Amino acid sequence: MNEILESIFSINTLAAAIRMVTPIALAAMGGAFSERSGIINIGLEGMILTGAFAGVLGSYYTASPWFGVLLALLAGGILGAIFALFTIKFKADHVVAGVGLNILALGATTWLMQVIWGSRGSSPNVNGLEEISIPILRDIPVIDKLLGTQSPLVYLMFILVISGWFLLFKTPLGLRIRMTGEHPEAADTLGINIKGVQYFSVILSGVLSGLGGAYLSLGHLNWFSMNMSAGRGYMALAANIFGQWNPLGGFAASFLFSYTDAVQMRLQGLNLNIANELIQMLPYLLTIIVLAGAVVRSRPPEALGKHYEPGGEG
Amino acid sequence: MRSIIGLLTKVKNRSTITELLYSLTAIVIALIIGAILIYFSGHDVWKAYYNLFYGAFGNSYNLAQTLLKTTPLIFTGLAVAIGFQSGLFNIGGEGQLYWGAFATAVVAITFSHLPGLILILLSLLAGAVAGGIWGSIPGYLKARTGAHEVITTIMLNYIGILATTFLLKNYFKEAGPVDQTRMIPESARMSELIPYTRLTWAIFLAVTVIIIIDYLFKNTSLGYDIQAVGKNRDAAEYAGIRADGIIILTMALSGAVAGLTGSTIVLGVLHRFITNFSPGYGFTGIAVAVLGRNKPWGVLLAALLFGALEAGGMSMQLFAKIPSDLMTIVQGLVILFVAAPAFIQLLSKSLRGADQSE
Repeated sequence: MNEILESIFSINTLAAAIRMVTPIALAAMGGAFSERSGIINIGLEGMILTGAFAGVLGSYYTASPWFGVLLALLAGGILGAIFALFTIKFKADHVVAGVGLNILALGATTWLMQVIWGSRGSSPNVNGLEEISIPILRDIPVIDKLLGTQSPLVYLMFILVISGWFLLFKTPLGLRIRMTGEHPEAADTLGINIKGVQYFSVILSGVLSGLGGAYLSLGHLNWFSMNMSAGRGYMALAANIFGQWNPLGGFAASFLFSYTDAVQMRLQGLNLNIANELIQMLPYLLTIIVLAGAVVRSRPPEALGKHYEPGGEG
Repeated sequence: MRSIIGLLTKVKNRSTITELLYSLTAIVIALIIGAILIYFSGHDVWKAYYNLFYGAFGNSYNLAQTLLKTTPLIFTGLAVAIGFQSGLFNIGGEGQLYWGAFATAVVAITFSHLPGLILILLSLLAGAVAGGIWGSIPGYLKARTGAHEVITTIMLNYIGILATTFLLKNYFKEAGPVDQTRMIPESARMSELIPYTRLTWAIFLAVTVIIIIDYLFKNTSLGYDIQAVGKNRDAAEYAGIRADGIIILTMALSGAVAGLTGSTIVLGVLHRFITNFSPGYGFTGIAVAVLGRNKPWGVLLAALLFGALEAGGMSMQLFAKIPSDLMTIVQGLVILFVAAPAFIQLLSKSLRGADQSE
């Protein structure tokens, strides 16, 4: 029993959770921007997967992991643009198009992996991102173990989540985004470029998810494997809802998931008398419980999932 | 191409034909993009698509393989379509079909002394009930708490696969290195239509279920209630329909049909339950339902197409050395294009514009 409690509350588990939260929190913030502008984004999963693939691809051809990160941002952005095109211009049902995008991303990355590397399982090893140490954080006892030495993308995630919150709630652009998702008619009357705001938000969600994907493949594993995102995009979407469509709330909810995941992995390593299958269920069960408990009290943006035609033509 | 679209604009009023043509156009565009990808990956497009077509329809064995791949997709596609009728997106087919397969295998093994037909029917029933129960959970969560079924069904997929694996390993595993049950008795196996193809009368069962569901939606008050809740939940409740109950019932029905996917694979193909046996039938079912416009007979046509793509994709991989995952790309594209009718309308408009300027 002591062993279990120790592994649940240990600093190492917390540190693992901080690493694992990075891709989920980034995608959850992408979901916040997209949905605040009125576009349901089930496609986060495919965007993470594509980012992970593009990251390894960039590092493979240039030997520079930072070029890989750049390519991941670009690939995520392109996927976001495609999703925006279908949901905004072609008026596709958001959820159906999102599922289509995820299937497309899964097929495309698995297919390209075989075309480029001749293997369906995983890519060759590439240069990953080196961890960095932050001088001040490194010198504080407990903080050192948690945040002293981490992948640069972990620090970047913290900066982005805070700036994302600021952008969404403290700037005129953020106000426009929120207004577009709440009252597109009113926003239209005020002269806000609704479609422009939506394109911006959805492409941004792709870029953020792409970065999350790059962390998955270049942050600690340094290779790509088939369906590497493994449901993180859906978890991010649940975290976004639980976090009330707010990047900070999304981070907190993502952390809850990643912490459970970290505990789950530690428990498996302990050789307890509990079947691994049951331990592995924990994060998924928690997602359901949290979602069922949270949505009762949460209210999505008013015009979420609807198509709006500026000028009242639609 | 242009004549298809010309025809399409003429029959605008006849919605079924229009939808059929939209879907065909979406498939053609997806296959063209597929051809471009094949070309740029340095392969022979003609050879690839010849093998795709021959592998799907070339001879009676290949045709049987297409029908074999079609059968599970009819069930999973129909499951998704049933959910859609009531405005619910059931992505949980994968978890539901695992429960269906597991329950079927356990019942077939446990009651092996029963006579053949009764044993098969009982095993099918067990699969449908297990899938139905698993499907009703997200229905209940949606009705009572509003938790979005897209997320809960995906989470329940992971949990369902882990749970059946857990039960298998701890209570029903056959001794040996592979995580599988022992074989079901001969009497419980569905008989083959063509020897050595593994194509069984499960395909007729699938078509029967299509007829039943089609009848349900067209001729019964329950079917009407389900569609009313799907169109406008508040209005349906105002009209006296208990929307909560309908949502749970719809998800249970959807899960039951998905469960039959697993049942028929156990009784007709694998003859036992094996962990990780599904290559993602539940997910392909989404593409099938979207392409089939969530109508039972549409699902049948779409399942045939996707069955052909899967069977043909295998032969394309074997003989033209093109990874069959290309067909996954084609499926994703088909969903995107079918989901976006405005895309095809724009395309038809611009092509007509080109006609006039000539």
